[in-house]
Amino acid sequence: MLAYIIRRTLAALVLLLVVSAVTFGIFFLLPRLAGETTDQLAAQYIGKNPTPDAIIAVKRNLGFDQPLYIQYGRFLKTLVAGANYKFGPDPVTCHVPCFGYSFKNHLEVWPEIRSRIPVTFSLAIGAAVLWLLSGVATGVISALRPKSFFDRGAMGVALAGVSLPIFFTGALLLELFSYQWPILNNVQYVNFTDDPLMWARNLILPWISLAFLYSALYARLTRAGMMETMSEDYIRTARAKGMTERAVVVKHGLRSALTPILTIFGMDLGLLLGGAVITEQVFSFQGIGFFAVSAISDNDLPKILGVTLVAAFFIVICNLLVDLLYAAVDPRVRLS
Amino acid sequence: MRRSRTLALAAVAATTVLVVSGCNSSTKSAGGNGSGGSSASGVDAATKGIVNASDKKGGTVTYEMKGTPDSFDPGNTYYVYMYNFSRLYGRPLMTFAPGSGQAGNKLVPDLASAPGQVSADGLTWTYHLRAGLKYEDGTPVTSKDVKYAVERSNFAPDVNSNGPTYFNELLVDNATPYQGPYKDKTGGLDSIQTPDDLTVSFHLKHPFADFDYMVSSPQTVPVPQAKDTGATYVNHVMSTGSYMFQSYQDGKGATLVPNPNWDPSTDPIRKQLADKIVVKLNIDQATVDNDLLAGNAQVDLGGGGVDPQTQAKLLLDPKLKAQTDNQYGGRLVYLALNTKVAPLDNVDCRKAVEYAVDKVSVQTAEGGPIRGEIANTVLPPDIPGQQAFNLYPSTNNGGDVAQAKAELAKCNQPNGFKTTILARSERDTEVAAATSIQAALKKVGIELDIQQYPQGKYFSDYAGVPKFDNSNNVGLIMMQWGADWPTGYGFLQQIVDGRAIKDSGNSNLAQLNDPAINSLIDDAATNTDPAAREKDYQQIDKQTMADAAYVPLTDYKVFLYRSSSATNLQSSAAWSGEYDYLNIGTNK
Repeated sequence: MLAYIIRRTLAALVLLLVVSAVTFGIFFLLPRLAGETTDQLAAQYIGKNPTPDAIIAVKRNLGFDQPLYIQYGRFLKTLVAGANYKFGPDPVTCHVPCFGYSFKNHLEVWPEIRSRIPVTFSLAIGAAVLWLLSGVATGVISALRPKSFFDRGAMGVALAGVSLPIFFTGALLLELFSYQWPILNNVQYVNFTDDPLMWARNLILPWISLAFLYSALYARLTRAGMMETMSEDYIRTARAKGMTERAVVVKHGLRSALTPILTIFGMDLGLLLGGAVITEQVFSFQGIGFFAVSAISDNDLPKILGVTLVAAFFIVICNLLVDLLYAAVDPRVRLS
Repeated sequence: MRRSRTLALAAVAATTVLVVSGCNSSTKSAGGNGSGGSSASGVDAATKGIVNASDKKGGTVTYEMKGTPDSFDPGNTYYVYMYNFSRLYGRPLMTFAPGSGQAGNKLVPDLASAPGQVSADGLTWTYHLRAGLKYEDGTPVTSKDVKYAVERSNFAPDVNSNGPTYFNELLVDNATPYQGPYKDKTGGLDSIQTPDDLTVSFHLKHPFADFDYMVSSPQTVPVPQAKDTGATYVNHVMSTGSYMFQSYQDGKGATLVPNPNWDPSTDPIRKQLADKIVVKLNIDQATVDNDLLAGNAQVDLGGGGVDPQTQAKLLLDPKLKAQTDNQYGGRLVYLALNTKVAPLDNVDCRKAVEYAVDKVSVQTAEGGPIRGEIANTVLPPDIPGQQAFNLYPSTNNGGDVAQAKAELAKCNQPNGFKTTILARSERDTEVAAATSIQAALKKVGIELDIQQYPQGKYFSDYAGVPKFDNSNNVGLIMMQWGADWPTGYGFLQQIVDGRAIKDSGNSNLAQLNDPAINSLIDDAATNTDPAAREKDYQQIDKQTMADAAYVPLTDYKVFLYRSSSATNLQSSAAWSGEYDYLNIGTNK
């Protein structure tokens, strides 16, 4: 088991390195291949009115005149060692971990992302719990009572959930419960540490919006997995041994059906932690997804680069955790 | 040109049917509720009076905004709403007194005790600061801080790059060119003198009659050099206004609280009503509108007006419609005709375009009358002294095909010609307007090829770049223009002065270089008689139209919703129709 954990962790680290190289290539190599000069590239890192002085400063700060491999080395070094930039009367420092420095806003990227992590985590983890519980429970009940009224109703709702985009369900919930009937008026993110009740109250609508989409998918997946599992020979054997139906379903049926669900859950949660872009936009929550959209619309390359790396990090970490959980659920995994 | 938030309004065209109804004026006066003055209500009430006039103190005023401003640093912004908002925490030498409609254009001393005193040769402007002014930390404000503020905002473009550089262009430079406060170690710009702590003098290269307007820019809000951290000064701007920053987070928002060292006896225009001002940034426009309707927010900071869906909702409900203001935004939507590319280098060919354009279809494409009135002059009606005239009349402004063909015959192009029209690709309404112009001109044989370019490079690489336009047969250019300050000079100089033509980043898109106009511009810059200056502007306007260098299309209008929980709302011409933010309180 330990060897498996070490193997998977090393693989994840290598993957992170590859992601950083690819991301770096997209931002620094592709524009050059497309014919952009170092001046033009530097100008994109500055606010409006890129003056020659500012272009020279950015070129110097980012080392654009140096060979690409040195730039990449420098890029990795700033991640773990930080960097100093000269602007105005005092030099500015990009502290470790330096995920970049926005020359447009004169701000370090990592503190900006870090301050948004609680928003996205609150949104994603709360919604994940909701969709996992409701989706799996619905899927199991539907699988155990196929073609029943509940099954047909639940699958109909699931179909609607999968079909309706979040920008519709989110806006609809907001319009109904925040403005038409102001049960949850003035929805805005409140820190858990400031007011746990308001934190939960203001997250109810975003959680429901997200969970509605995902639980529908999970219900359908669980139903399909459970139906297949429940028709296996070992289920019949378990029943023949005199086990209770609950034990058969939970211990043998659900455990087996959960393995693929867990894999997808890891991917979905990782993606959401990297930014629940649309939900954050609809509810005006300043999470990582919102930050990414703002960075793109401002064409602020250091911010885009930083948020891409952080999002990739979350996805890789979630997949690593799922791999480890996978091994706990299914002993065969450790052997491979 | 002060920037206004226009992108959010890009999809307005779809609501044409609804907006054609427009807004009827039905302002009425009601009793005041605490201020002792009268309070206005009804459609467009805030353009004519104070809505919810009140001196009630307390509560939280919430500003919400789609997107983010360029900066909260008064010396590093060029958005009109930030010019407006920054006065809550920064006092420029001069500013506009809160007023409704045209009354908002009244320039009054703010940090200064009186308007500038100009020397006999018109080259030196002197201001005396009010006595007893303090920063939020209780330290005194001095004239050196005003000098430093102008230096950092105008001479350090690699640090503070957002704002205009009028002072840089107008002030006499040092013998060795001044490098800005972050690089220069010689003691600053010699042409700004501070003989004592309360006096500041500006020495100009040439006389400039609108200098009082120029110092109304937030670039004259004092900055103590010891507190300036360059580009990161925005994280804690030292307040001289009625409010100061309690917190600020880039891209998220800010909280302002009353400044304990602001002395109302030094400030005849601010009131300090709310206990707290909360600014929320990056809020979806639909949410901003809904929050205004629900009373969760009092002001849309961007001030560009509601989104199309909300606009439709407001116009369909008489009660909601009564809480709207439809005001001129100090901007002209126009078509520039390149005077340097054939056959438009012939004035008669340009006149043919003037006659052929169907302005009603352009207005419809722009969003209907509620988003702009049809324009026939270069100066918008909310610029003082503007005079209405129309040199190229047509029935119902729908274009005059016969007259256009006659003009084409005069310029030896009886069958028309082919040329290119430029528009910004992100601006749907601009592209839609260009398409309607294309259709109208086709009727007289003028074939237009519409080319769209991103707005980020529109002026630097394409529109108004003489080398590009003249060699790529660019005859027509779509454009919007707003004044930096509400005078004819502030509006006209950059777009009609032949000496303002630049190789790139040019605003004189028509490349108009008429000696008669240039001479009038010079007279207006130096003439000390306001009435004579306005006469100059009227003549410039007429001459520009006689030159047929620009086709005025619409005078831009904003459509705002007034939150019923906000007090002291006045839609001011000085702020492009936005509410004056200085004294907005709340009755919640």
